[in-house]
Amino acid sequence: MKFKSWGRHIREGTKSVIRNGWMSIASIGAVTVTLLLVGVFVGLLLNINEMATQVERDVEIKVLIEVTAEEDEITELQETIEAYDAVEKLSFSSKEDELEGLIEGMGDEGQIWEMIEQDNPLNHAFVVKTADPKDTERIAQTIEGLPHVYKVNYGKEVVPKLFAFNKYVRIIGIGLIVGLVLTAMFLISNTIKLTIMARSREIGIMKLVGATNGFIRGPFFIEGLLLGVLGSILPIVLLASSYQYIYTNLSGQTSISFIELLPFNPFIYQLSLGILLLGAIIGVWGCIMSVRKFLRV
Amino acid sequence: MITMKDVYKTYPNGVTALNGIDVQIDQGEFVYIVGPSGAGKSTFIRLMYLEEQATSGTIDIIGEDASKVKSKDISMLRRDIGVVFQDFKLLPKLTVYENVAFALEVIEASPSRIRTRVMEVLDLVGLKNKARSIPDELSGGEQQRVSIARAIANHPKLIIADEPTGNLDPDTSWSIMRILEEINARGTTVIMATHSKEIVNTIKKRVIAIENGVIVRDELQGEYGYEI
Repeated sequence: MKFKSWGRHIREGTKSVIRNGWMSIASIGAVTVTLLLVGVFVGLLLNINEMATQVERDVEIKVLIEVTAEEDEITELQETIEAYDAVEKLSFSSKEDELEGLIEGMGDEGQIWEMIEQDNPLNHAFVVKTADPKDTERIAQTIEGLPHVYKVNYGKEVVPKLFAFNKYVRIIGIGLIVGLVLTAMFLISNTIKLTIMARSREIGIMKLVGATNGFIRGPFFIEGLLLGVLGSILPIVLLASSYQYIYTNLSGQTSISFIELLPFNPFIYQLSLGILLLGAIIGVWGCIMSVRKFLRV
Repeated sequence: MITMKDVYKTYPNGVTALNGIDVQIDQGEFVYIVGPSGAGKSTFIRLMYLEEQATSGTIDIIGEDASKVKSKDISMLRRDIGVVFQDFKLLPKLTVYENVAFALEVIEASPSRIRTRVMEVLDLVGLKNKARSIPDELSGGEQQRVSIARAIANHPKLIIADEPTGNLDPDTSWSIMRILEEINARGTTVIMATHSKEIVNTIKKRVIAIENGVIVRDELQGEYGYEI
């Protein structure tokens, strides 16, 4: 197809979008709803994923040492743990450090603990970090069996829960999205069918005088593309502005420290581009579905 | 130009329209296709402009094997074939000029070529002064002349006319025939299906008569041979 013909296709395709009126609006609406949900789910999934990775990366094993343990026994325990291949870092945290951390972590309410500074009931502890987060559980269990270990804590509850949540969101999201994408394509292909019917005479003559199928398809391709792209504008605007809002407001609140959203730039630009592309694909696909059978010679 | 060998055509609904057609039509000929309604004339003609495919047999059209051409090649082949119908098939919202130009636009001819060629063919069919009219403002004969202008716009080697005078009164029919003869005189092959006894018996040309899907008569300088 010659390049200059695209001017003609764009003109004809745009005319059809306007002439099909309500059907065009219905198609654009379907694309809008679909892409909005796609955007919300993708944004949610990627952020949960990011959080889970962060939490996982930060998972430490806290080894509480028995109060009765002597200093040389503690050193021995430290050497044993450090000898494990999977262990990357080990630091000692005395019971005074532990109390300080506790008081700081609780903010204003923590001041109450200052009263027991003289009679600290906490244990000395090791903070152990593994090189690979996956080894955390195994190492924690091994350490638990060592002598003079009072208790082992690690974030074993949080990580699997996050991943499970992520999985459900993904299943529901994909199911909804697939259904909606199909609906949007169906509506677009129906809208284009209207155009084809209105233009059957024209198409007949085009075929008769030897216009190629590619040329005949041109305006319908543009029409589908337009419906898809027009449908992606509103979702992009809504998602970008609401993400901006959430991002700026959540970042200010340090209390929910483990929620760290993906940065607005470049995340929202990538998401917008993805939505635009998906809109275009839905539109073009809808066009192909409806035009194919009309062009069989 | 056109060679058919042992051509059969059965439609999906079981109706057999052509029952073994053998024919050869040469470059520059003027051929009438006659026969009763439902005898297979239309199918015969539709095979020639590749609207239908034969069920069996071989068809050669302007050097292409019609049973093997791909859709892309069909488009190219049709640029060498101009088709004229009984009902004109004009686009009602376009002017006479635009109707003819449309046929050249959609095969992506250059704008300058379109401008000169459209006026050329409108001149040939005597409608240069009606270029800005829309089809509804024209008489039947004038509309048919527009459709002929459109058919010859791309310099086809072959003109296929399916009862071009079927909707026209006798006087107008003669003017259409004069144009078709003129086109033929310039070397274009013309194949015309018709029910008009007067035309066939007055302007003597080769006559191919089809009945029940077979050619029953093929005469140079033939007669219509049916009573209506």
